[in-house]
Amino acid sequence: MKLYLKYLSMLLKSQMQYRISFLMTVVGQFLVSSSMFLGIWFMFSRFHSVDGFGFSEVLLCFSVILMAFSTAECFVRGFDRFPHLIRTGELDRLLVRPRSVIFQVLTSNVEFSRLGRFAQAVLVLCYALPSSGVIWTWDKILTLIMMLAGGILLFSALFVLYAGISFFTIEGLEFMNIFTDGGREFGSYPLSIYGEGILKFFTYVVPLALVQYYPFLYLTGRSGNALYPFLPLAAGVFIVPCYLFFRLGLKKYQSTGS
Amino acid sequence: MIELNKITKTFRVAKRNAGLKESVKALFRKEYEEIRALSEVSFTIGEGEMVGYIGPNGAGKSSTIKIMSGVLTPDAGQCIINGRCPWKERKAHVKEIGVVFGQRSQLWWDAPVLDSFELIRDIYSVTPETYQKNLKRLTEMLDIGEIRKTPVRQLSLGQRMRCEIAASLLHDPKILFLDEPTIGLDAVSKIAVRDFIKSINREKGTTVILTTHDMQDIEALTDRILLIGKGKILLDGSLEELKGKYSGNKLITVEYAGNLPALPENVAALKNLDGHAELMADMSKMPVSGLISLLSEAVEVKDISVTGESIDEMVVRLYKEFEI
Repeated sequence: MKLYLKYLSMLLKSQMQYRISFLMTVVGQFLVSSSMFLGIWFMFSRFHSVDGFGFSEVLLCFSVILMAFSTAECFVRGFDRFPHLIRTGELDRLLVRPRSVIFQVLTSNVEFSRLGRFAQAVLVLCYALPSSGVIWTWDKILTLIMMLAGGILLFSALFVLYAGISFFTIEGLEFMNIFTDGGREFGSYPLSIYGEGILKFFTYVVPLALVQYYPFLYLTGRSGNALYPFLPLAAGVFIVPCYLFFRLGLKKYQSTGS
Repeated sequence: MIELNKITKTFRVAKRNAGLKESVKALFRKEYEEIRALSEVSFTIGEGEMVGYIGPNGAGKSSTIKIMSGVLTPDAGQCIINGRCPWKERKAHVKEIGVVFGQRSQLWWDAPVLDSFELIRDIYSVTPETYQKNLKRLTEMLDIGEIRKTPVRQLSLGQRMRCEIAASLLHDPKILFLDEPTIGLDAVSKIAVRDFIKSINREKGTTVILTTHDMQDIEALTDRILLIGKGKILLDGSLEELKGKYSGNKLITVEYAGNLPALPENVAALKNLDGHAELMADMSKMPVSGLISLLSEAVEVKDISVTGESIDEMVVRLYKEFEI
């Protein structure tokens, strides 16, 4: 853990070498997610509710998913950029160091500029928390934290999966963005608004609904099912197969080289 | 301490003919070609040895280094280094080796060199005393005192290479793998790097395995040569043996006035233009003194020099002999 902090400080120092560029990226990130926010805002200035969900409620959803996504993107960025590590041969460098590969990939890159997105999410959350009409009892607070934690794990899992796939092919990796960036976009609204099919897909294939939709129902008092707040944990388990897949890819890499 | 026994490695490479039609075809059906990078490579390297590993591009040098450093797993064969199998006990193994890939940096590009050193210290859990001691010694020997606080991206290639080598020795490795350490360096840096490698081998007894295309590296550093070609070890011997095999030929350069006489059978004229001739003579059949007297009788010799075949030329002949 101490070593992790040292890596972090090294990466932060490195990124601060280009101060202007760093600040511009932070601001850029902030503006990009602001446009998403504006999208929601414009929509609600025409319709007062979407599938029964009000403006503040959707914002709550939006900010939780954005927060989870930006945190994952910031700290698990090494996996997101993994094809680059393979292409440049940096992975070989990592393999000749006496630390676990996972740890070294995590520390190969941390994208601090994603804080821009994070800040946006925090702002929106601050607005949505009081205005959403939710009475913040302990169980609701716990649900919110679970949603966040589960979301971070889920997006991290997707990045790890992405890295795992890049061991086998670097062609067509773009389709993975449907789940990562797409997940973030889809996740801005409660998933039920897209219809039954999409909801099922995000429940059983990529368990985004376990992080977002079902606990959200509990949060807004639409469902009393006491199991729902704990569903994000189940989504977090998704990281296990992704990790195993990555290991498989690594094994293949070590036996094929290139 | 390093023992390779019948290491074999095959790569599968996607094969595709040129052209758009072919590349569309490849989308649906890929054809693979098996390339045998290493076939039954065996050798033993003792503690404190310095070995030059040579061979043309694509001969399997890097694959061998990658196997020995635990990055690659071979298809068959055994490899025991310091009593361990590199790819099975990767973490324990890499703690005891240092690797310098000449074309890939291990330093953090935007941070000062010293920051990289400190992080490497923590990665390898080097104790502060050992670190201070090694840092001091390496800084002096490699003359990097003044550039320690400069960000890596601002260093010249020679400066960076010296820092790379220092970085790979901070944890006192028993074995140092150098993959083309002098590539792209100027003469001064090359010599500095060579001198350093020599002294680290002498003083600390570090085993050094060096791949290079620079034959001067080999000449300056190693006593033993391993020649690999098409995935097989073709020659394992000392530099002296190699020289003995080919040093029978001498190149004689003459500046003269007059007409060159008819040359004996064992002497070939490589060049003869406007009173400047280069002759290649087989010493065992035509001694230098005989050739010189033959020349001086027939023409007025203005200048003459005799040189042995360079080691580069020997290696080219060696490659030709083994058809690699």
